[in-house]
Parts: sequence; C-alpha cells; structure tokens
Amino acid sequence: MTRGRFARGASRIPRSWIAAWLCLAAAAAAAGCSAAGTAERTSGGTTLDAVRTRGFLRCGVSTGIAGFSTIDGRGEWHGLDVDVCRAIAAAALGDASKVRYTPLSAARRFAALQAGDIDVLARNTTISFQRDAQLGFEFPAVNWYDGTTFLVRRSRGVERPQQLDGTTICLTPGTTTEADVADYFRKHGLRFTPVVIERVEEAVAAYQNGRCDAFSSDQSTLAGIRARAPNPADHVVLAETISRSPLGPAVMPSDGRWVKIVRWSVYAMVDAEELGLTSATIDAALGSPAPEIRRFTGVEGDLGPMLGLDRRWAYAIVKQVGSMRESYERNLQPLGIERGLNRLWKDGGLLYVPDIR
Amino acid sequence: MYLISASHATRVRRAGLLWQIGIATALCSAAVLIAQQTSANLRMRGIASGYDYLRRAAGFELPAGPVPFSSSATFARALAAGLVNTARMAGLAIVAAAAIGVVTGIARLSSVKAIAGAARVYVNTVRNVPLLLQILCWAALLQRLPDATSAWRPLRGVSLSNRGLTMFTAGVAVTPEFAALFAALSIYTAAFISENVRGGIESVPRGQAEAAAALGLTRLDVLRRILLPQALPVIVPPTIGQFVSLTKNSSLAAAIGYPDLMSVTTTTINQTGQAIEAFALAMAIYLAINLAISAMARRRFRLEDAA
Repeated sequence: MTRGRFARGASRIPRSWIAAWLCLAAAAAAAGCSAAGTAERTSGGTTLDAVRTRGFLRCGVSTGIAGFSTIDGRGEWHGLDVDVCRAIAAAALGDASKVRYTPLSAARRFAALQAGDIDVLARNTTISFQRDAQLGFEFPAVNWYDGTTFLVRRSRGVERPQQLDGTTICLTPGTTTEADVADYFRKHGLRFTPVVIERVEEAVAAYQNGRCDAFSSDQSTLAGIRARAPNPADHVVLAETISRSPLGPAVMPSDGRWVKIVRWSVYAMVDAEELGLTSATIDAALGSPAPEIRRFTGVEGDLGPMLGLDRRWAYAIVKQVGSMRESYERNLQPLGIERGLNRLWKDGGLLYVPDIR
Repeated sequence: MYLISASHATRVRRAGLLWQIGIATALCSAAVLIAQQTSANLRMRGIASGYDYLRRAAGFELPAGPVPFSSSATFARALAAGLVNTARMAGLAIVAAAAIGVVTGIARLSSVKAIAGAARVYVNTVRNVPLLLQILCWAALLQRLPDATSAWRPLRGVSLSNRGLTMFTAGVAVTPEFAALFAALSIYTAAFISENVRGGIESVPRGQAEAAAALGLTRLDVLRRILLPQALPVIVPPTIGQFVSLTKNSSLAAAIGYPDLMSVTTTTINQTGQAIEAFALAMAIYLAINLAISAMARRRFRLEDAA
C-alpha cells in the first residue's frame, strides 16, 4: 500500500514540474528574443507633471554611503547625492523637502529606475558607456569626480596599488569597482583573490576582521569608511586611483525635458558657486545689478518657464540647498575627503558648466 | 455493471486530462504574454535584450576554483564556475546534513535522557533561528580565527587562519566562506531531517520493535533491520524536499562572499544590465538541479525498495 502510493507519486510529480519548467524556459526565450509586432506605447504626461500632481519627488539613494546619502537619527537624509534630490525638488516644486527617498543596494538600483519606481537615481553611480548605451539611461550631469582605489592597513606599509600583488581584496557586487580591479591587476600582470560580499556593512566588517588585505571602492567612499572605522589612523586610503569614476544622477531617457531639469538643477549649484552665491547671500543678491545674477535669480528674463519651471527655480535651489561648495563643505569635508578635482575650474578643478542664460 | 463503471472511469479520466491540458495551456499563454509584454517594454525603454552577453568577456575576477577562470573569460564560463561551486556546496552539504540528521533523529529516541535531551535542544534551537543569521554568524566566527601571519599549525603542512584551512600534502584548501556556508547549511538542514527521521521511526507500530526484541535481535539490529526499512517510505519524501531546500538556500552565499551561481548572477547583472535574462537563466538552472536531485533520490529509493 505504502509502496504503491510512493511509486505513483514518484512518477507523477516530476511530469508537472517539467511542464512548469518548459513554461519558464518558453517565457525566458520569449523575453530574450525580441518579440515582433508589439505596438510602441507613448507615455502620456511628463515626469514634471507627475511629480507636481504627486506633490513630491521620488529619489533613489544608497542604503548608507557616508557623505553621499545617509539617514540621521531623526529620519532625515543628508549627503551630496541627497542634495541633488533636494535641488531637483526645489526646482520642480519650490520645496527642497518634498522628496521621498528610496534606499537601494547597488545591485537593485537600475531595476528600480527602469521600472519607474523612482523619478531620479542619485546613488554614487559611475557613468559608463555601457550603462549609457545598453541600459538606456541618461546621465544628465556629473556631481562628483571620483576614482577606484584601495583601503589598506597602515601596518602593511602599502603605498601604491602595484604593491598589492597576491593579496585578497574585499569588494561589493554591482559596482564598476569589480571590473576596474580585475582590469588593473590583469594589465600589470598581478594576481589577487576577490571576496565579493553583497552588503557594504558586511564587506567592510570582513576587511576589518582581517579576512582581506584591502577593501576596494571609490576613493570618497573609502574615506567615509575609514572615518567611521574604530581606529581611523590604522588604515590608509591609497592616493593613487586606478580608474576614473565620474559619478552622477541617472534618469530614464523617455522624457527629454526631465533630463534637462535634472541637468540644470546640478548646473545651478555649480553656477551659484561660480557667481559667489550661497544660501546666506542669495536673498541680498535679489537686488544685485549684475545681469548674470539677475538672470540666475529670475529677477530678469524668462529662463525657468523654458523648462516648465518657476522663474525663481535657481533661487529656490540656492536658498534651500546651497551652492556646490556648500554641499561639499556640509557633507564631504567633515569626513576628511579632499575636494581635489571637484573644485571649480578656476581653482584647478574640473567643474566647468554652461551659463544660465 | 463492470462495463458501465469502466467507461465511466474513462470519461472521468478524459475530463481530467482535458482540464489538465486547459490549465497548462492557460498558464503557458500567460507566461508567454508576460514575456512578450516585458520584451516590448524593455525595447520601449531602450534596453537592449538577449543572451548575447554570455559570449562576451566577463571582465571581473572569481576566486580560484575547479573551473579555470580569468577576467578575460566569458560570462558563460563565469556562470559555469558559479554552477560548479553551487553543485559542490550542495552535494557536500546534503551528505553532511543527511548524516547529522539521521544520527540526531535516532538520538532523539534514545532511552538515555541526556542524549535525547541534547538532540532536542539542538533541533529546536537550530530550526528556529533564521538561516541567514546562522550563515553570517559562522562567517563572523571564522573571521575571528588568527591572522594569516600567526596561523595555527597543528600538524606539518596544515595551516588554519582567517584566510582558510590549507592542507598542503593533501592539496586541500578550504576558504572561510565555503566553511561558513557548509557548516550553516548542513547543520540547519540536518535539524529538519532529524525530525523526519524521528517521525518516520515513530510511525512504525510499536509491536514491530517489541516482536523483534522478543526474537532476540540486538537494539542495533532492531533499528537497522526492522524499524528503518519500514520508516524509510515515510522519511524519504520530506527529506528529498529538505535536500532541495538546502540547494535553494545555498543561494544565500552572496551574503558572505562565496562565489556561487547566485553571486555570479548578481555580478553579471550589474556588468551587463541583463537582469531578466540572467535571473531567468539562474531560475532555470536551480530548477534543473533540484529536479535532478528529486529524480535521482526517488529513483534510488524505488530501486532499493523493489530489490
């Protein structure tokens, strides 16, 4: 009796499983090949309209990268990337606080943007050809020039990346770092063993426990990790970077005007620094006779409405968020992160953006 | 009378078959519809799709394993390396979990109170703590081993540190990530198997053991020749389910950095952006592995049963 029931069950269950498996395979194949004859759908309404109707901006940020996007004890977000979200909200809604933040892992971030769960992704994202061309995102502006390097124990006496031959290196997946490190070691004929741990916190803990000789990420991220380590003086962030990592917000390309709004929200912060405007001086600047400042603050001209924004959009950004310098001084300087390439062009940096005119 | 009931049975069977075909068709068309819609949406958003990425150079590194790999090898090879790592982990952990499960399951029925109690504490503790927590806990413990420079060397050619266990003469090198995942998976799954074994043995009528004992069989023989053979049909099916669960749970490897199929898939998605394709492939592979495990286990059991 028992034997019979068992034998029949054995021959029956796998068959339906196989059917399910075939279905899944069919679905995968259909998703893989481009199915013909499906109509192109045009999206009704712009992102700006959607944001205004909703009353807040949906911004994708990190789960906690010091200086870029972290949440404090009162539930408020801070950081260089958070300031991009706030600037866009100030431009689009006139209120920088009207943002709903979605914390995303490196691995989850692009899916969230593609699925339309967020209006903009501001999460230490390296701009690359493949992300632009194949994933189909638009990267309107750079908000931080960074580069991949290594965090090592001071006691090891490592000063340059080339001295890391034969070491074990902790990494997080879903970053360009994985490929940067592989490229660098291959180029120099060196060897390393990667330990790829999903969450930043556990990957850092593995490094601190001595599982890895080095931890690799963007220089600014490493400076943040070092600043929060139990004994920062025991660790060094190597000065030499092995890649260029321009970081910037990403949006979907379907709404060209929204791409421009994000771009000019970042530019406005840089332009403000160029014009010597800060959140403290912007009100006084409203009475300035200088034509470029009058255009910037919206006292003169019709620039804002060209993008469907308020005349005072840039004023709102500077008043509520501040200039790029203020954002740096508020978020990254306290962590000991050098401004370096991220100074204005006239101070020897790379920040050079078009005029608001 | 006989004829009528036979044709009735045929009709019922035929109706059942029709239902099955209908439901299968509906499910399949739903799957294909979703797939087509997804593919259309992807194209609308300008996202390139397809499995071409498998032939491209991966561009990332994996720790040394049985499949030779370098960053210039293809994504397909990276996936193969991940698959081999998953299979190796699942295979070894299944054997260990079965062994621990059988021993502790029998131990729970021991007449020695201390042994039965210890087995019960083990089962109840391990079953009720989330597996991810146990994996992270093992990983953290192994990271607390001495540094590579001050490794334990209990024997010649054996070294144990937070970089792993190396036995130079035997050519064995175990990474801490492998050890942590192996320990967590086998100990966790064994607790469930232990319950299956106990339940199976308890399902055999008490008279069987008593009769065997009356015949003068030793306690071990009673267990081996009378109880276990009768308990097996009860023990095996849910235990196969546990083997399958273990294989699926091994995908938690990414949390501690063991380069399994899931970990490679995550990295692949981020290097290529082909999330749907890579996930579909990973799902199909896990499904294939688990169907194979079920089929092998069932066939093996049935053959023994018939013999």
